[in-house]
Amino acid sequence: MTPYNPGADVIEVMRSPTPGPVAGAYRAFGETLRGLKTTFARVIEGPHTIQYPEEKTPVYPRFRGRHKLHRFEDTGLEKCVGCSLCAAACPADCIRVVAAENTPENRVSAGERYAAVYEINQSRCIYCGYCEVACPFDAITMGHDYELSDYTRSDLIFTKEMLLADPIERTPLRAEGE
Amino acid sequence: MIPFALVFYYEPWWVQIIKSLVIFALVFAILPMLTVYERKLLGRFQNRYGPNRVGPYGLAQPLAEILKFARKEPFRTVTAVGYLYRVAPMIAILTAVSALALVPFGDVQHIFGQRVGLYGIDVSIGPLYVFAFAGISFYGIMLGGWASGSKYSFLGAMRGAAQLISYEVSQGLSLVGVIMTAGTLSLTGIVHAQAGMWYIVPQIVGFLVFLVASFAETNRAPFDLVEADAELVAGYFTEYGGTPFVAYLFAEYANMIVVSGIATTVFLGGWLLPFGIHPPGWVDPFVVLAKMMLFITFFVWIRATLPRLRYDQLMSFGWKILLPLATLNLLVTAIVVAT
Repeated sequence: MTPYNPGADVIEVMRSPTPGPVAGAYRAFGETLRGLKTTFARVIEGPHTIQYPEEKTPVYPRFRGRHKLHRFEDTGLEKCVGCSLCAAACPADCIRVVAAENTPENRVSAGERYAAVYEINQSRCIYCGYCEVACPFDAITMGHDYELSDYTRSDLIFTKEMLLADPIERTPLRAEGE
Repeated sequence: MIPFALVFYYEPWWVQIIKSLVIFALVFAILPMLTVYERKLLGRFQNRYGPNRVGPYGLAQPLAEILKFARKEPFRTVTAVGYLYRVAPMIAILTAVSALALVPFGDVQHIFGQRVGLYGIDVSIGPLYVFAFAGISFYGIMLGGWASGSKYSFLGAMRGAAQLISYEVSQGLSLVGVIMTAGTLSLTGIVHAQAGMWYIVPQIVGFLVFLVASFAETNRAPFDLVEADAELVAGYFTEYGGTPFVAYLFAEYANMIVVSGIATTVFLGGWLLPFGIHPPGWVDPFVVLAKMMLFITFFVWIRATLPRLRYDQLMSFGWKILLPLATLNLLVTAIVVAT
């Protein structure tokens, strides 16, 4: 069996000569000092840790956090017309919409119909933002809240009232150019 | 009967008991703080804070840990060897604490009309006493590793035995230069001999050898092959949990204090201050503690910097570089002292 021949186009790795005992000891000592300098520079630099519950990582304006449902500011009517396009677009199948007809006595949304039930299962949602893209009326958008943990799974099913409510702004927004 | 060693008594028996209690309490108050100090400092070396949740600045962290360890169920492997498994951690902590008695925290002071030396005991065989107890402390590691009946513990213990024995030689030889220069084996005597100049200046080689050998003797990084967690789980104390584990941990930190204390005494002039400053006697222990903290900070700094040595590197470094260097230092010192 012939030994493996890598060919002539292989570049030989240049290595410095192996140091003798004295030079090796000197080099090891010098490199140790250099290492000590490197680690001490980290002390001078100070910690980079973000003390999470007290300090929070600021999010970018287009961060995809917990969803929000919107109302018209002037009339107070819901923007959602219960078309279920978001539910259709959802890859995780976590949105449930049950539509109902608006009547003159009970007018909930600006369109013909409204969402009688609008639920998002936040434990299933993958925060892809397709619902936001699919919505023809900008009724649903992705918010900035990322603190979404709870003790039971059923508590993570967000109803229409929870999604419509003004969210508590818990997450700092990144400043321009940050 | 020929006395084993001369002991320079200054105090009646009740002062001795109070003294030993004070030193014991002091060191066992420092030890838990030392674990926090190390972890916080290590954090700073890695751009993070370290423990800062329990109590102010995380200072109550050891309390929480002790509570956790003390509530653990005592257990042992089926292959463990009887009482040896329980005795081994006791040996480790006993020898570490015994060696503490030697570290002088100050000169002889006049307290309540008594002459009290601020040290546990001042014997005429100072460093030999320390090395004797360091020698016994190997049994803590070896018996612990062997009696656990686990291959990782056993491997850790065997590594520990080889490492501690090879580096003890260099550590011992590096001190002989100082002992020859000072002409005494009493640690307080060695401090008094440094009134003109600390031994770190003429004995710099001895100091460096002692420092490196001390890292190996206390099983600290980069010589922590004994407990190399990547290879041996935790080395000789793999099978220990709860309070016996704490005993091993405290023994390691106590050994750090002892080694720092000996290095302070022998090379950094103990309680003496440079430039002819003579503070009142009660400052002495604080000077010694500050110098010891310097060493402990350096221990942590090294731990944050250097990677663990390979086993053959450890052996060749100990026998081929450190031991010849220590011997050479000894020879040169001997020639200088003799002439």
